[in-house]
Amino acid sequence: MTTSELQFDTPSDRVVEGPVLQVEDLHVSFPSESGRVQAVRGLSYHVAPGEVLGIVGESGSGKSVSSLAVMGLLPSSARITGSIKFQGRELIGQNDAELSKIRGRRISMVFQDPLSALTPVFTVGDQIAEAILVHRKVSKQAAAKRAVELLDLVGIPNAAERAKAFPHEFSGGMRQRAVIAMAIANDPDLIIADEPTTALDVTVQAQVLQLLETAQEVTGAGIVIITHDLGVVAGFADRLMVMYAGRAVEKGKVDEIYQQPRMPYTLGLLGSIPRLDVSEKQALVPIKGQPPSLTDLPDGCPFAPRCPMVVDACHTAEPPLMDVDGSVEHAAACIRTNEIAATDAEGAEAAVEIFGAEVAGEPEVAKIPREQREVVLGLDNLVKEYPVNKGVVFKRRVGTVHAVAGISFDIREGETLGLVGESGCGKTTTLMEILNLQKPMGGEISVLGTKSSEVDAKRRFAIRRDMSVVFQDPMASLDPRLTIHDCIAEPMQVHGYSKDEINRRVPELMRLVGLRPEQLSRYPGEFSGGQRQRIGIARALALEPKLVVLDEPVSALDVSIQAGVINLLEELKSKLGLAYLFVAHDLSVVRHIADRVAVMYLGKIIEIGEVNSVFEAPRHPYTQALLSAIPIPDPVKERQRERIILTGDLPSPANPPSGCRFRTRCFLHASLPPEKQRQCIEVEPPREVQAEDHEAACHFAQIRQVL
Amino acid sequence: MTVILNEGDAAGTTGAASGGPVDAAPEPGKAMTRGRLVLIRFMRNKLALVGLLVIIGMYLMAFVGPLLSKWSYDTQDYTAFLEPPYSEHIFGTDKIGTDMFALTMRGLQKSLIIGLLVALISTTVAAIVGAAAGYFLGVADKALMWVVDLLLVLPSFLIIAILSPWFRGKSWFLLVLMLAAFQWMITARIVRGMTLTLKEREFVKAAKFMGQPARKIIAKHIVPNMASLLIIDATINVGSAVLAETGLSYFGFGVQSPDVSLGTLIGGNAESATTFPWLFLFPAGFLVVFVLAVNWVGDGLRDALDPTSTRVRRKEKKDTKEKAA
Repeated sequence: MTTSELQFDTPSDRVVEGPVLQVEDLHVSFPSESGRVQAVRGLSYHVAPGEVLGIVGESGSGKSVSSLAVMGLLPSSARITGSIKFQGRELIGQNDAELSKIRGRRISMVFQDPLSALTPVFTVGDQIAEAILVHRKVSKQAAAKRAVELLDLVGIPNAAERAKAFPHEFSGGMRQRAVIAMAIANDPDLIIADEPTTALDVTVQAQVLQLLETAQEVTGAGIVIITHDLGVVAGFADRLMVMYAGRAVEKGKVDEIYQQPRMPYTLGLLGSIPRLDVSEKQALVPIKGQPPSLTDLPDGCPFAPRCPMVVDACHTAEPPLMDVDGSVEHAAACIRTNEIAATDAEGAEAAVEIFGAEVAGEPEVAKIPREQREVVLGLDNLVKEYPVNKGVVFKRRVGTVHAVAGISFDIREGETLGLVGESGCGKTTTLMEILNLQKPMGGEISVLGTKSSEVDAKRRFAIRRDMSVVFQDPMASLDPRLTIHDCIAEPMQVHGYSKDEINRRVPELMRLVGLRPEQLSRYPGEFSGGQRQRIGIARALALEPKLVVLDEPVSALDVSIQAGVINLLEELKSKLGLAYLFVAHDLSVVRHIADRVAVMYLGKIIEIGEVNSVFEAPRHPYTQALLSAIPIPDPVKERQRERIILTGDLPSPANPPSGCRFRTRCFLHASLPPEKQRQCIEVEPPREVQAEDHEAACHFAQIRQVL
Repeated sequence: MTVILNEGDAAGTTGAASGGPVDAAPEPGKAMTRGRLVLIRFMRNKLALVGLLVIIGMYLMAFVGPLLSKWSYDTQDYTAFLEPPYSEHIFGTDKIGTDMFALTMRGLQKSLIIGLLVALISTTVAAIVGAAAGYFLGVADKALMWVVDLLLVLPSFLIIAILSPWFRGKSWFLLVLMLAAFQWMITARIVRGMTLTLKEREFVKAAKFMGQPARKIIAKHIVPNMASLLIIDATINVGSAVLAETGLSYFGFGVQSPDVSLGTLIGGNAESATTFPWLFLFPAGFLVVFVLAVNWVGDGLRDALDPTSTRVRRKEKKDTKEKAA
């Protein structure tokens, strides 16, 4: 493929001067059971050609709705007023047929969920070709050829072959690549990316972000990237707009916003993100309360009820966006911007100062040396395999999925072990094996010294008291048909607590997790995600367990809420001396909360050790790649960082590579001379001690700084 | 007839009044409970509301009506044979002088009771069997689903017809059991499917990991979370059970004399449909109106309980248009 074959105009060919997209005073509202929802209230912004605008905000802040309005994709029940000008042409009021000429041709969109953005019944190549055929008069063969070129451009190996594959044969990252290929197929002038990386693993996220950058270079388009993660946009966006309750509350150049945020909400957002590059315990800023209901907004600043700097004047009128620091580019909607500017600290430190966040202390038990503490959970060479069967009547076993291929670790009293890895690496399987407490297929699980292979039903029931679980999705982990009281009381009822004891303990637990006991008679549906997660934690603590298994407990929460839950977990740990098994894919959260960390790859632990040692001096190439893929919410640092981009996806656990399982994606392996490569291919690297409390499984382990 | 309609109306209004403020906007700031939301959405569907009133009215009429009438279904007025409706006999009389109103009410009573019981029993069986099969899987699932498949392929009408001589003279409750036995299978399959998805939900796993025994998980977490499906199913089952019962009774296989049901009345008087229409039209009319009402309520419940239903949004669009005009 040569570039000349691609039908991209060069960026200098632009016909239209001025901004690609100009949004003025946009209002969008929807009908709902409890009145009209004012999803967007007077939003104005513009995107210049070749510029990347980041829109950041919590869920429900109107960021997706505003971009769907630009695409003309809102349901007919939405009421839209204001002006949306694309290359000087008004879009509001145009009918669907006219918009369709622009959509996909001049403006294109990358959606969050790559699974539902592709039709499962057509091949990927056909779908991309279709995007071209709709807008251009070219022959089918030419469109198909171009689809292959586009797939090649977005980095799908063997593009000609893969174009004939169906979406389900693609992994998540590859699907998102195909969606981006479709988005750039007609050389658009504007690409709207709505949370393009949220559904993806960190390693894939890095790939996709880099690809979006390439797409922008190739097409010269303006990009609007919508996200809730301030880290993602730090290194990628030129300008940033922070949205809250349907309005822009702060906008400006990326560096200005990260270094001199002038609106308390932006401050709070910045302060609530755990940083991967901070080793000492950093205080996380939780923003209290939850976003206001958009049906019935009070007068005054919508952020006032959650703001630590609120004064009476805040409740009188909603502050408009005003230029701050004498800069025309930087504007914030707050009446006290000058006072924020007067604080000496910058960015996140200012947030800690203003919001008054504190670091939880260490638990008492942590003062005893680790070797002398009791082992709460021990895994010894745990194995879990699933058969792959074929045939309907007579099932033949045709293969084995090695979900967990012999892992060992232990957790001692008062300690947090973070278990990290990409999806599909066997984290969840490990967790389920531990929680099921059945005899494992191989190896041994022991809880507080009791081996799971030797226990009977009665003993197993007793062990369940000492081990509880908090799930990822706070929406799904509480039975919607039970009141909060019944939810929290359930484990105690099961384990035969008396009624009086339960009635005494439930309000106590509510207070422990920072909720009001008066709310006990309500149903889970009346609580926000963060509150539900707190209820889930209260339920987990009901039986006073020694070990709490946390399955991605904060990944489904907004960042501002996430900080509150992390703080709560740390506080509980130090108060009750709990041990946590913390499963997560977000390494910055793990760095913040864990004492030790274990990195899993394809059913094996490839690196394990004390958290600072692993993060600061990672030995295994996979850990290095994982760490380098995580964005840091600091534009200056982020632009200077060198990214290790892993090629390809996780191999199938049904057919893992011989020798070292990581070698197929390993950059270190690729750089080795052939005789050393042979060792990777033939010999599986054992876990070897690299430093004090730090083991890694690599033949050629060497330290590489990636933060 | 007018009297009866008024009665139904009265019953309906009291029912609605006890249900609380109907279309009132919820208090601002207060979160809406699911039950309240469903109620509001259901109330908005006028057809379903009418259906509900008709059903309540019919049950009241079937059980209260005979008490108000001076005629009974087993006594005859020897001064009036085959009289069309007039003030003394509002539904007319049959050829041996029985009051048709008393007879129809008696038949309606039996049909409605059978319908209600069959629906209750079959939905309960479906919930238990489906949830157990879906939750335990393995052998239990195989065995139960085998029974379901077996019952599905058996011609239920034929079997009840063949067995009918055997329960002649025995309680009509046997008929209820027979009807219920052939009505639960499809629901059980749906319940099994839903259980499979619910089982993967985290609150069920959480209950399992805290040591809750399986039967309690089913009773406490799985079945209550399918309540909406079961309510809809039970409602629609009432209608189909009444239809099945009348069908059987029409051919003489269902309710046996001296008991009467709508089916036996329709069957017995079918040949008089053109000559003495009141003998046929009243029982048949009640049957049609009842089944129609049940279906309206079923539709309304489904729309109200189903979050993806579009009826509400369409309605809102119409409202805004009206406001604009």
